[in-house]
Amino acid sequence: MAVVETKSLRKEFGHTMAVDGIDLQTDEGEYLVLLGPSGCGKTTLLRLIAGLEHPSHGDVLIGGQVVTHLPPRARQIAMVFQSYALYPHKTVFANIAFPLAATGMPRDQRPEKVRWAASRLGIDGLLDRRPRQLSGGERQRVALARALVREPQVFLLDEPLSNLDAKLRSSARDELKEFQQRVGITTIYVTHDQVEAMGLGDRIAVLNEGKIQQIGTPDEIYHHPANTFVATFVGSPPMNMLTRDGKLLGFRPEQFLPASAVGERPGQMVFDFAVTRVENLGSDRYVYGHLPGVDPEAKVIAKLPSTVTTPVYVGDRVPFVVSGGDLRYFNQQTGTLTAAGEAEVKP
Amino acid sequence: MTVAQRSAGEITMGPRRERYLLDRERLLGPALMAPAVVYLILVVGYPLVLAFLYAFSDVTTGSQSLHFVGFQTFVAAVKDPVFLTTLRNTFVFTAISQALVVILSTVLAFVLTANFHGRWFVRFLVLLPWTTPVALSAVIWLWMLDSIFSPFDWFAQLLGIVPPGGHIVFLGQSDLAMGSVIALQTWRILPLATVILMAGLSAIPAEVSDAAEVDGAGFWRRLFGITLPLLSPVMTVALLFGIVFTFTDMAAVFVLTGGGPGNATQVLASWAFYKGISGGNLAVGAADALIMFPVLLGLAVILLRIASRAEVS
Repeated sequence: MAVVETKSLRKEFGHTMAVDGIDLQTDEGEYLVLLGPSGCGKTTLLRLIAGLEHPSHGDVLIGGQVVTHLPPRARQIAMVFQSYALYPHKTVFANIAFPLAATGMPRDQRPEKVRWAASRLGIDGLLDRRPRQLSGGERQRVALARALVREPQVFLLDEPLSNLDAKLRSSARDELKEFQQRVGITTIYVTHDQVEAMGLGDRIAVLNEGKIQQIGTPDEIYHHPANTFVATFVGSPPMNMLTRDGKLLGFRPEQFLPASAVGERPGQMVFDFAVTRVENLGSDRYVYGHLPGVDPEAKVIAKLPSTVTTPVYVGDRVPFVVSGGDLRYFNQQTGTLTAAGEAEVKP
Repeated sequence: MTVAQRSAGEITMGPRRERYLLDRERLLGPALMAPAVVYLILVVGYPLVLAFLYAFSDVTTGSQSLHFVGFQTFVAAVKDPVFLTTLRNTFVFTAISQALVVILSTVLAFVLTANFHGRWFVRFLVLLPWTTPVALSAVIWLWMLDSIFSPFDWFAQLLGIVPPGGHIVFLGQSDLAMGSVIALQTWRILPLATVILMAGLSAIPAEVSDAAEVDGAGFWRRLFGITLPLLSPVMTVALLFGIVFTFTDMAAVFVLTGGGPGNATQVLASWAFYKGISGGNLAVGAADALIMFPVLLGLAVILLRIASRAEVS
């Protein structure tokens, strides 16, 4: 177990800045998720921490020691790749034993250790198989066992769930979280899937264009987004954004409800919602439209849980409300979050 | 118009069916295969049948009449005092040149898939022997191995291997002549093997090598534990191709030594040529050539097996 730290880490590929001055520090035993769209630099950042890429500038520290110039094998890390990267010519046993052999553990001590790692992931019965004889979920577990067997200081996981089908993914997510809590090893997890990020992370670092946009707990990221990028990247559907009095006004679709369903409360903001489309998804209704009185340009989505039964039809104009505490204000130029009071000031 | 309103007379014909003739696989398949099949029958099948006919007959270039004599020609071919030398030379020539090709092409493939400045130029140089016409490369090699003007002599003099003004007679001494022939053949086959291995190397997923690096493996363990085992199926294919090309090849011998000095560099292919075409004894020439057949058949079976296994996995 160790703390991973990066100090103004930068990586250029030719003229593109893949990672642009990242300062990051994990807590001990923390599950930190790097979340961002494809091409945001999250995988490059992970590879820099692993030592598979060399930074153009800055340092990587593991357990308080600068490891920037050490090769991956000297960093006491383990990594699980998107494709799992199992060795196709080796049996599951040999795959898991490989890191032990590589670190010079005597041959007779390896089987015990391999069985220990395999049993923690429930793959004891697969040790004689080869990777191509395994299902996607089994391969993922072998990759995890291979990562675990050396008892590394840090786990680095690069989208390990993205090759699984949707059903398996949610159960694998559970297992992964439970597994990490059991072994308690500091874990850095890369994903572009916000559901994975919200569900797994102790903290989430949202990345875009090589820079960290915000680091915080899932709750902070969701309810107090630091800027419009985080606000619109996290959440499905994304946060609604309106221009009003030279400020950006944001609120979550599920906080935008018919006035008749909520009732009148102090501090509420009432909007006249012109409905253009209604999608019924079973558990929720998505109501699409715009607000003619405030910002006719902006498209607005309301997410009504199935418990809200107020009839809403295309072409209707329905009064919708957002409670004052759920409104977020952003600076129109910089996109950063501002306090409500500050936003109220007219330019 | 609704269905009910449409009368039988209004049914119209679709576009002419001839336009879609080639959409039918039963027609398209044979049509595309035909040129290859015709080519194979004319330049491989027909000569092979002819070789079998000749080998069991007493045909010579002088007399076109065929009398079947059973295995007599084979007995005559094997009893020839040169035959055993030829057989041994063929195996030595193939084994040494292909061993060199495997080692050198592996090293080259690693170098050429690495990232460095001027890589394209080095690749071009390595692939050059493959694209050079045989006649041109023959002239170059004959000059390089010339007994008086060889540039190797200059290096040898510089290194003190031969006295100043001395010469190495590359093609006039048995061992050196064999070495020269092997060198030429290695040089010829190397580009193909290198290209095959480069393809094999780039097919190994980068994440697998990365995983090995993170798992703690150093260079040698990654090389012998991961990369070479993953490369070995492709390497086998390259090797088998090389063996087939070398075992049946007479160009290197023909160009450099003509089988000499004496018959010290004579291989089965060149011997069959000299015996059958130059010497006029078509029957014995064909028999000499057919002695290679079982070996080649075995190699072909192995190659096809590897190919079908690759299809499955």
